[in-house]
Amino acid sequence: MTVRALLWLAHALFCIGIFGILTRRHAIGLLLSIELILNAAALNFVLFSRVFGHAQAQAFALFIIALAACEAGIGLAIILRLSRYTKTVLADDVHVLKG
Amino acid sequence: MAAHALVIGCLAALVLLSALWVVTLRNLFRAALSLGLVLLGVAGLFLVLEAEFLAFVQILVYVGAILTLIVFAIMLTAKLQGSVTAPANRQVFPAAAIAFALFIVLVSSTSALVPATPLSGDAIRLDVLGQELVKTLVLPFEVVSLVFVAAVIGAITLAVPRHAKSTKRS
Repeated sequence: MTVRALLWLAHALFCIGIFGILTRRHAIGLLLSIELILNAAALNFVLFSRVFGHAQAQAFALFIIALAACEAGIGLAIILRLSRYTKTVLADDVHVLKG
Repeated sequence: MAAHALVIGCLAALVLLSALWVVTLRNLFRAALSLGLVLLGVAGLFLVLEAEFLAFVQILVYVGAILTLIVFAIMLTAKLQGSVTAPANRQVFPAAAIAFALFIVLVSSTSALVPATPLSGDAIRLDVLGQELVKTLVLPFEVVSLVFVAAVIGAITLAVPRHAKSTKRS
C-alpha cells in the first residue's frame, strides 16, 4: 500500500469530475460531478493527514463534507425554482438571471 | 499486508468504475445511485486510512442526506423531461482529452513530492481532532455553522413558490 497509489486515485476522481462538468447538460448531472470533485479533495486531505500526522487536515475534510451538504441543498433549491419558472433543467437553455 | 493491498485495490476499482458511471450513464437516477457507490467506496478508503469518524460522517451526511436530496430533485424535475433520461452528452472526446491531460499534469507534478513508501506512524486520534476543532479551528468551525444557517434560509426562500409568499403577506 503506497501513498502514491491513493494520491493517483484522488487525481483520477478529480479528473472524472472535471469530465462530467464539461460533458453533462443536465443541471443535476453537473451537481453530481461537483460532488465527485469535492470527494476527491476530501480524500486527499485524509490521505495527507495520515501521512504527516496532522489532525487539522481531518478537520478540513470535515468542513468539506459540511460545505458539500450546504452546496447540495442550495443547488437543488435553485434547480427546483429554475424548473418551475423556465420549464427546463438543461444548463444550456438558461441564459437569463432575472425571470 | 497483502490483504491490505487487496482491500485497497478493490475499493479503488469500485470508486473508479462507479465514478465513470456517474458521468456517463444517460439515466440520471442510475447515475445518482452510482454516486452512492462512489461515496461508500471513499468511506471505505477513509476506514483503511484509519479515519473512522470521517468515514461515519461521510456515510451519514453524504449517503444519508445529500443522496436522498438529489434523488428527490431528480424525481421532482423528471416530469419536465418526460423521463429521468438526460439528453446525450456533448463534446465527449475533447472533454476526455482535457480531463486526461489534466490527470497527466497532476500525476507528473505530484509524483516527485510524495515518496512511494508504505504508510507509517500513528493514526489521528479522535480526541485530538475534537480538541483541534474547538481550540485552533474554532473560528472556521463557527463560520461553518453560520454558513449552514444562511444555506437553510436561502434554500427555503428559493424553494417557496412566489404566490405562497404573497398570500402570506396580504
